[in-house]
Amino acid sequence: MVVRTRLAIAACALLGAAGCSGVEPWVKPYERQNFADPIMAADRNPVAASYLNHVFEAREGARGALGAHGGGCGCN
Amino acid sequence: MRLRSLPALLLLAAGLTAGATAPAPSPAPDFSLPARDGGEVRLSSLKGQVVMINFWATWCGPCRKEMPLLEQLQAKYGPLGFTLLGVNVEPDSAAATAWLKSVPVSFPILFDTRNAVAESFGVQGMPSSVFVDRAGRVRYVHRGYQPGDESQYADLIRSLAKE
Amino acid sequence: MRHAFVAAVVLLASLAALPSRAGVLPDDRGDVLYHRYQGGGVTIDGPSLLVRKKFAEKYSVSASYYVDMVSSASIDVVTTASPYREQRDQAGLSLDVLDDKTQYTVSVVSSEESDYSARTASFDVSQDLFGDLTTVSFGFSRGWDEVRKNGDPQFDEPVDRRSYRFGLSQIVTPTLMLGLAYETITDEGFLNNPYRSVRYLEPDAASGFAFQPEVYPRTRTSNAAALNARYFLPYRAALVGEYRGFTDTWGITAHTLRAGYTHPLGQRWVLEGGYRWYQQSAADFYADLFPRADYQNFMARDKELSSFTSQMLSVGATFELPAFADRFLQRSTVSVFYDRMRFSYDDFRDITAGGAPGSEPLYGFDADVVRVLFSGWF
Repeated sequence: MVVRTRLAIAACALLGAAGCSGVEPWVKPYERQNFADPIMAADRNPVAASYLNHVFEAREGARGALGAHGGGCGCN
Repeated sequence: MRLRSLPALLLLAAGLTAGATAPAPSPAPDFSLPARDGGEVRLSSLKGQVVMINFWATWCGPCRKEMPLLEQLQAKYGPLGFTLLGVNVEPDSAAATAWLKSVPVSFPILFDTRNAVAESFGVQGMPSSVFVDRAGRVRYVHRGYQPGDESQYADLIRSLAKE
Repeated sequence: MRHAFVAAVVLLASLAALPSRAGVLPDDRGDVLYHRYQGGGVTIDGPSLLVRKKFAEKYSVSASYYVDMVSSASIDVVTTASPYREQRDQAGLSLDVLDDKTQYTVSVVSSEESDYSARTASFDVSQDLFGDLTTVSFGFSRGWDEVRKNGDPQFDEPVDRRSYRFGLSQIVTPTLMLGLAYETITDEGFLNNPYRSVRYLEPDAASGFAFQPEVYPRTRTSNAAALNARYFLPYRAALVGEYRGFTDTWGITAHTLRAGYTHPLGQRWVLEGGYRWYQQSAADFYADLFPRADYQNFMARDKELSSFTSQMLSVGATFELPAFADRFLQRSTVSVFYDRMRFSYDDFRDITAGGAPGSEPLYGFDADVVRVLFSGWF
């Protein structure tokens, strides 16, 4: 059962198909108003945010793993 | 969370792309929702008409874009026995009421605040348009909105109106 | 500066990270930012511009231009050289293509200053799955840098850079979204600053120490992994938290913790605040003071590779402007952000403060960052 679950999820990922959905979405498309709210956006001000990230990268030794996709209204 | 076998998965994947899909005709789930003007609208009372149920929300960009075009469809095909129902899925109707002041529409706007109707129709994307024929059966489901889809809507309405 | 590549990837990451909504391209917009960093004897300010436009609901093009005007009398500069002025110009172009649930992004960035050129090209793919609750993204960047040295026209060294990144974003409940990001970056070439020196004990010298040029390894591979959460509060506000862990082949490990809060006020205001904590441990070949000349193969005294902690407190306010030019602009906002940073070094000493070599006080400084932003949507 666990193996079949993993295979199904792997198949979904491989298909990369639009709307591949063996798993029922538990947050419905009409329940996504909070993620469509601009205050929940990862980068409301992309230019301002990228500048601050640039300050960190210039002054610190660490780098990478910034930027997030996803969320939003989930429309279309 | 239900897991389906791979063949069904593939069929589902094919069927869930944005665009119109035509499942086998089945009776549309009946519902009764409060309307913007204060009354109530029951779907079964519209039997004999072609009905397009458009699920929308003010927070959904493509939904807002689509609205004026839906009004044009209502104006053009209303005389053929066609009604659009704009079902707003937001828990708080205040945003919809306010927004509609700037985009007036003549077709009924219904408030599905508890999302029971959206759930019964299995809405899979925003916006979603369900086309119901004169016998009250679901004939087409259109998911999403891209500019140009309104001509698809017009084709579907015309073919259903002819029946 | 060697950070140009990372600066480019950072810029591109945030350009590509513009609301990557399932099946919806980012909004058309124009942004004009004035940025200013002041601290530790360094003042850097300049503009940052961005314009983004959709075509045929399938393509989104963005163009960016960024300038750093540097006036530096930093601790490194005053102890080994003289204060200088410099300008770095950076221009970028990106194209997003939307194909149902998949978004492809191609971008290029070019950065120029008198002693450093950097070109970066990137490709990112982002895919929505599982009813659009999950977004998976992959990205790759390649950079070609040229390190030069003011005053030495023969000095021209290349740096080759590659970055591979993976991201996963998951909507968990109608109010909570989690994200995971992983990025590995490899650099190969001349990786240090050609002007920087290390110091070593030299009893014959008046100060007790002397300088020699830094020597860095010719390769560096780093791995970073981050976990973040965004939570929607019922009275309409947003809470965000993030942790990032970092290690690299130079022996540096670092932890970053960040928390932020966004609060809308009335119809026109959005206030925000945040705190960030960063701690890193020094590179293997870093030392503030080496026991003698040529002590080991690789030697560094760059305080960015030392052990230190930095903290930052941020506040910001955004105001929604009343409609103007509304034949052209749908809406516009003006924002001001202020951040206060504090750096405390554990093994980098302030040799301007005097004292026996190796017992000078540890260095630390505060910095102010100001950003003023005008954004317009059309």
